[in-house]
Amino acid sequence: MGLLGAGTLLAAGGLRVYAGRPSHAHVAVVGGGFGGATAAKYLKILKPDLDVTLIEPNRRYYTCPFTNLYLGGLRDFESLGHDYRELQEDYGVRVVPDFAEDVDVDGRRLKLAEGSEIAWDRLILSPGIDFRWGALEGYDEAAAEKAPHAWKAGPQTHLLRRQLEEMEDGGTFVLVAPENPFRCPPGPYERVSLIAHYLKRNKPRSKVLLLDSKDNFSKQGLFMEGWEEHYGEMVEWVGLSNDGRVIRVDPDRLEVETEFGTIHRASVLNVVPPQKAGLIAHRAGVTDESGWVPVDPNTFQSRKAPGVYVIGDATEAAPMPKSGFVANNHGKVTAAAVVADLEERAVPKPTWANTCYSVIAPEWGITVANVYEVHDGELREVPGSGGVSPSGAPADFRRNEARYAEAWYAAISQDVWGTRPPG
Amino acid sequence: MVVVPVLLWSGDASEPVDENAVGAERAEAVARTCAACHGTKGGFETDIPSLAGKPEAVLEAQLLAFKRDEMPGATVMPRLTRGYEDDELRAVARYFASLEAN
Repeated sequence: MGLLGAGTLLAAGGLRVYAGRPSHAHVAVVGGGFGGATAAKYLKILKPDLDVTLIEPNRRYYTCPFTNLYLGGLRDFESLGHDYRELQEDYGVRVVPDFAEDVDVDGRRLKLAEGSEIAWDRLILSPGIDFRWGALEGYDEAAAEKAPHAWKAGPQTHLLRRQLEEMEDGGTFVLVAPENPFRCPPGPYERVSLIAHYLKRNKPRSKVLLLDSKDNFSKQGLFMEGWEEHYGEMVEWVGLSNDGRVIRVDPDRLEVETEFGTIHRASVLNVVPPQKAGLIAHRAGVTDESGWVPVDPNTFQSRKAPGVYVIGDATEAAPMPKSGFVANNHGKVTAAAVVADLEERAVPKPTWANTCYSVIAPEWGITVANVYEVHDGELREVPGSGGVSPSGAPADFRRNEARYAEAWYAAISQDVWGTRPPG
Repeated sequence: MVVVPVLLWSGDASEPVDENAVGAERAEAVARTCAACHGTKGGFETDIPSLAGKPEAVLEAQLLAFKRDEMPGATVMPRLTRGYEDDELRAVARYFASLEAN
């Protein structure tokens, strides 16, 4: 039962129930990514006598951020893996390697796939995203085995990399990008950049085509400038107004059809499908008709279930993007709000920020950075703050932002999971 | 765990209270955001510098210079520091300076 042997293990008719120690509040956190692992760690930093249980099925967690560097041949996949030893050993978080499949909000119980239950006083859900299979005609789970999404790190990422390695020189890589909102708004554009980098080096007669359901995207001007600088004609972006919206996927023929009937044939087809909040958010009944989770912008407590907090990509937090940086930020603010709530203190004023690095080529990085505040009950950008990297900046500015991108990845990984080598 | 609702002066328990403008708690809350690039408690050194234990005067001067766009070649810091009051930046400088250097 993990490291906190003092926790109560109630046995009721063969059912195992994990609870906190008597007279210590118990917070359960579902999901060990950027949001959940951060929340668990900062709960223990802010209130060491709290019992904190983190439920995450993967013993080693691979981040979706920076998988594009792996796909482009700039990074080893194992460097994207992190485990929970530091959270357990240095911070006293109890980690349960299981999948939370249901929750009883009124009874304050979580049901885990292996049969045990978690009794909690406060619940933080950081479930990330699920895909809306079938929302794009022809694109279901089986189709993803032929035309990968690679929008969650793992086997899908390896599959896409293998397909790129097997692709013939002179082939076409096609990426299908969804409408807003979706995980990692600059992600599709960074991905085509770094795949173009790989192809330019290894299969220089190839093409990269991005079919987009939008006319505008994150850091658009900077991406376009970078593509022209590094890849010229190799990268083509087709937006909504130019018939870029894909309405049907044929995974067997690796073909896609657009709104106005154009058929594009791919050598390698990467579909980033429409998305929604992860499963447990739906089971908890905290999502709305959009498929995402509405929250109080000061605390990220669910608007539908008191005592349940939801953070990260699963939430409706615009204008904050669904980024790893933001999920980490949610984790800290929510940890402070939960502690204040348990101690019956006023909720501290939240601090919201985002910094997103994108790498277009090995020494060519760009950023967007913003600070947010709650104004009249809504999140907004702090007037006068934030923005993207300057356009037309000199090469050493781009080189610095590429260098800082790597530094950011190391630092945020330290802040979320720690720096212990794999055990 | 029994939760007793507490009536605040604002009359609404979900309304955040910020009674002492830039006290230590507020400084720490802002500083937690910095950790995503500078490491937990600002103590992780990469190409992005560690902040823990640096002299307060240096940190304060740098943060204010970022905000006023007086740091040539700076990347994200001017855009971020413009999101905070000068007093918040001073309090953050004081907080990081109070920590032990790694």
